Amino acid sequence: MKDCADRLLLGTRKGLMIYGRDGAGWKLVNHSFTGVAIAYACHDPRTGLLWAAQDHGHWGQKLSRSADWGQTWEEVPAPTYPEGEMIKEGQPATLRYLWVIQPGHASQPDTLYVGTEPGGLFVSHDRGDSFELVRALWDHPSRKEGKWFGGGRDTAGIHSIVVDPRDARHLFIAVSCAGVFESRDGGESWAPRNKGMSAEFLPDADAEVGQDPHFIAMAEGDPQTFWQQNHCGIYYSTDGCANWKLVSKAGQTAHFGFAVAVDPHCPEVAWVVPAKSDMERMAIDGALVVCRTDDGGRSWKEQRSGLPQENCYDIAYRHALDVADRSLVFGTTTGNAFTSDDRGENWQDLGRGLPPIYSCRFAKA
Amino acid sequence: MVSVQFTAHLKRWFPDLVPQEIDAPDVASLVRELEGRFPGLAGYIVDERGSLRQHVNIFVNREMLQDREALGDPLSPGDEVHVFQALSGG
Repeated sequence: MKDCADRLLLGTRKGLMIYGRDGAGWKLVNHSFTGVAIAYACHDPRTGLLWAAQDHGHWGQKLSRSADWGQTWEEVPAPTYPEGEMIKEGQPATLRYLWVIQPGHASQPDTLYVGTEPGGLFVSHDRGDSFELVRALWDHPSRKEGKWFGGGRDTAGIHSIVVDPRDARHLFIAVSCAGVFESRDGGESWAPRNKGMSAEFLPDADAEVGQDPHFIAMAEGDPQTFWQQNHCGIYYSTDGCANWKLVSKAGQTAHFGFAVAVDPHCPEVAWVVPAKSDMERMAIDGALVVCRTDDGGRSWKEQRSGLPQENCYDIAYRHALDVADRSLVFGTTTGNAFTSDDRGENWQDLGRGLPPIYSCRFAKA
Repeated sequence: MVSVQFTAHLKRWFPDLVPQEIDAPDVASLVRELEGRFPGLAGYIVDERGSLRQHVNIFVNREMLQDREALGDPLSPGDEVHVFQALSGG
């Protein structure tokens, strides 16, 4: 987001927390769905609607929208897998998780995308009144051949959706585990875009499908530039995902993690919240750190000022880091959240002892 | 008629929900009838295949539902059905 944000949405294990910013900083202004896990929440600047994906412990996955910043909510029919669809032979496909919600192109204000587990991308053309499965992706031969599998979730899931601001029909999605896919025809056909990635967990590390991109983000300032926090390092693409370059090294602070955010003004600038290896998945040496690169990943600067530096076991999930203009926010599974107003140079507490945090997204009222 | 009672937890999402009297030959039919009376309610009890959600329980005359997949357990007039949430972690 290039604009300065004045709202902050935290999807947590115990509800959606909405913060507003005034002269004194961020303050909690609304707590919706108390006690219900919110897998993801975002604001659609085209329609003004808030969206929240609920992960009920008992009642399944629900999707709700609000036209008044969370004062009231309306549940819409959640995406459903058509009868007869199978994850694999003998395993019927049912909605397991609403992992990400992505507003469509600016020219299509009624269009909304939802990424789900077990691997279905859904699209709505009526502001969420109804959804349909994006058939060509679901029927992609690589999925049918069993090359999609669980990573982070029990079965494959779509956690990243990118709409090219230059072309409403140009889409990217990322699947854990399968990789990045691109469509240039509004979702009618898809091709894997995983060249340059290396999956250390596969016998064929360079497999075209089977990679584990934890999250991908397009640079607002240059839609050809993409960043990716992968299970096996940080990747960077300057040609629209056609080729990916590894820009981190095992053993260095910035390498393993889940989230990545790109400076809205400068495509070579990005942030990650590193964690200690996929074997342990917690803060490195008990200290929280954010890393920023200013040069397309050639070097990474550690940003620790204001972050706790002992007794930390936090990790930040893939949707729990965001940037708006010069501001940043991230939240952790330990229930700690931090904001920065100077591009990560200094951090302030948003809250400690919060519920586990799944998503952090800025918005502007 | 079969009498149906619900966990109070469902009233949070369906404030008008009260015990129901339903004429249904089996549990699957009962859930369909409930959906007609309270649109959206079936999706809280069963998934899109019509199978009972993992952490939901239905009891017929205090006995746990046998057919969680298709909800084929038969019902007879006078039966008592309870729709509960299963207990799970925090």
